[in-house]
Amino acid sequence: MSESAATPIVTIRNLSKSFSGVSALDDCQFDLLSGEVHALMGENGAGKSTLMKILSGVYRRDSGEILLDGRAVDIASPRAAQAHGISIIHQELTLMNHLSAAQNIFIGREPRGRLGVFLDETALNNQARRIFEQMHLQLDPRVRVGTLSVAKQQMVEIAKALSFDSRVLIMDEPTAALNNAEVADLFRIIRQLKSRGVAIAYISHKMDELQQIADRVTVMRDGRYIGTVPMATTRVDRIISMMVGRELVDAPNDIPDTSRQDMALEVRHLNRGAAIRDVSFSLRKGEILGFAGLMGAGRTEVARAVFGADPIDSGEIRVYGKKVSIKSPKDAVVHRVGYLSEDRKHFGLASGLDVATNIVLSSMKRFLKLGGLVDATGIRAAAQAYVKQLQIKTPSVEQQVRLLSGGNQQKIVIAKWLLRDCDILFFDEPTRGIDVGAKSEIYKLLNALAEQGKAIVMISSELPEVLRMSHRIVVMCEGRITGEVPGRGATQEMIMQFATQRDAAKAA
Amino acid sequence: MSSTQPVDLVVQRPGVIGAVKSIFFDPATRQKLLAFASLLVLMVFFSVASPNFLQADNMVSILQSTAVNGVLAIACTFVIITGGIDLSVGTLMTFCAVMAGVVLTFWGLPIYLGIFAAIFFGALCGFTSGVLIAKLKIPPFIATLGMMMLLKGLSLVISGTKPIYFNDTPEFSAISQDSLIGYFVSSAPIPNAVLILFLVAVAASIVLNKTLLGRYTFALGSNEEAVRLSGVNVAFWKIVVYSLNGAICGIAGLLIASRLNSAQPALGQGYELDAIAAVVIGGTSLSGGTGTILGTIIGAFIMSVLINGLRIMSVAQEWQTVVTGVIIILAVYTDILRRGKQ
Repeated sequence: MSESAATPIVTIRNLSKSFSGVSALDDCQFDLLSGEVHALMGENGAGKSTLMKILSGVYRRDSGEILLDGRAVDIASPRAAQAHGISIIHQELTLMNHLSAAQNIFIGREPRGRLGVFLDETALNNQARRIFEQMHLQLDPRVRVGTLSVAKQQMVEIAKALSFDSRVLIMDEPTAALNNAEVADLFRIIRQLKSRGVAIAYISHKMDELQQIADRVTVMRDGRYIGTVPMATTRVDRIISMMVGRELVDAPNDIPDTSRQDMALEVRHLNRGAAIRDVSFSLRKGEILGFAGLMGAGRTEVARAVFGADPIDSGEIRVYGKKVSIKSPKDAVVHRVGYLSEDRKHFGLASGLDVATNIVLSSMKRFLKLGGLVDATGIRAAAQAYVKQLQIKTPSVEQQVRLLSGGNQQKIVIAKWLLRDCDILFFDEPTRGIDVGAKSEIYKLLNALAEQGKAIVMISSELPEVLRMSHRIVVMCEGRITGEVPGRGATQEMIMQFATQRDAAKAA
Repeated sequence: MSSTQPVDLVVQRPGVIGAVKSIFFDPATRQKLLAFASLLVLMVFFSVASPNFLQADNMVSILQSTAVNGVLAIACTFVIITGGIDLSVGTLMTFCAVMAGVVLTFWGLPIYLGIFAAIFFGALCGFTSGVLIAKLKIPPFIATLGMMMLLKGLSLVISGTKPIYFNDTPEFSAISQDSLIGYFVSSAPIPNAVLILFLVAVAASIVLNKTLLGRYTFALGSNEEAVRLSGVNVAFWKIVVYSLNGAICGIAGLLIASRLNSAQPALGQGYELDAIAAVVIGGTSLSGGTGTILGTIIGAFIMSVLINGLRIMSVAQEWQTVVTGVIIILAVYTDILRRGKQ
């Protein structure tokens, strides 16, 4: 970054945005200079992606202003953003796999030939080829995008951005699916863009990469702007503490140590493609094991693999010391392993049915009378017992589940698994979408279950929750376990160090 | 890799063997070859099984019946490539035939207005389906199921539940029955219906592969969200696709009415499944994004050769229906297998 480092291309001031009443961004600011890479960091849900989606016209802002070259603009749509020279490469690539690279790049702006009716495929391919040449990229414009590797697909997205003569390029976690060599290629292209004066906003969790590529870092937390620092002269610790927030000292971890001696679950050298790489951990009866990590670290994948929902490549699972083969959720339940998915509505509950039916749904066989008739009285009694035990707040067991609060719905899912005698339970984000009061009830319930000797894995993206609830914490990054710490005495900084340890993950 | 070196993202150029391999192992091409091979196998089988099969009359009859289903299947191809479905094409075809009957027989207007009416009302109904799907966000399956019933009812109401005959306009039956080709080449009395199928197929193929509409048809089926984020008016193009689909159904309506020399209001339901089956057999994926008109035509021929052959072998009508059902299930299952591999 040499010339014109003085006037920012983009200035965002006092920007706020909320989704159905929930604040996502509160009074945020951000600026972008010509020829710089400006990184955006923050924990999951900090608001980085939302901010960038507003800048690129995907969302509309509620209040605040966006200045381009010092002039206030209104970016109403992705097309308007493109007209202003702003392009975004979304975390999930937005390509049409069945179309060619050139067709993808010029979608919506196809060059026409004769009569303005027919498409001019030759011109299309030549224009794409010219952009690839500018990028020093050797790629056939006619190749179908679906047959390319993720890294090459990303190059196509970048080419598309460049085809708009973009001055501002936003990249949302561009290296999430790339290997080291591919990351090096990407960085080469980014440096080249920088030297041409393109301003790049770069969202990433990966500290080591940012040290290579970023000029400045802006940290966000809980939808707020925390601060902007130069990358080269700022210590990693300081950035992490900005992300975590020193003042955020939640309720301390003072749960009694209920771990007993017998091992409930042992997982050894579990592998599944790139998603799960040599994962080993153990879980005792009465223990709550926290699984921390950033989104996409592979925590849900591990739970699903152990539960038999996804096939594994290799690895060994022992339940109560006995080696078991779990090939389907049905096998898992036989071995008393339960998985409470993160998306209750889609996978856990039939929300249009009543409380009792949901609780007994997966144990229906037990409530069949002679001749295959359903034992309605038995179902009612069993459901009522769990409603009482778990303190589910519902007018009756005939109430439709969708009418209950998120916390009570979560309890019904728990009841369902308890009724199936599952005592090794994976909770995937058990408090997502639940209000604060209900959260503490779920915490109490988890503690009570642990005290009864159930073995619990709790996957959570909320660090304070993991710290408060877990006896032990396992941290994952990129499909590997990068660290394990005892729950007592652990800090958010420690966990974030492990969770961003990309290099260690690669080297291990 | 040093920073000055260009990134090596070259797609390996295959040799001759590689090229042949890639042609045969490209899933879309393989499906088409497979479909074409099945068609040949069927034809060989039936000509061995029955001496009547290869008779010129029978060939013409196969071509005739393929014309209607083929044109409907071409209409469906567009919609299915976008990842949608249209269950109303059968009853829409009938509705268009009835509207032609209204214009020609009830009102006694000249024939070109009858032709215009069929295509116009087809496009209008397709437009309506498009609005329901793109604007009101009703799932295509439900929206077109509703249209299917609605149009069936309307056809019966408008016609007074009786067939409308085109006795006042004798030239109407020439649309499908006469042979323009036979006029020039007397040894090949191929009916006009087949010529029309061929012309519609060529036009549809050009639209699909050479125009913006075709590009967006594939793009929508491949990744609708990506198209939207690229600043393309997704709703508009969807409506255009369904309108085109409707207009082509209007052509099918003309063909069938001309062949029967009447608009049969009770006819139509069931044709949509034959058409969709032809599309799927021809290698167009029900999940959208891929498909060809040529494949669809081959699929339509497979359907009619099968039905015709069974009839010639004196298989009972009921059993022909059973076989059609099995073929549809098999075709959809191969589509699922294909999708699973991708």
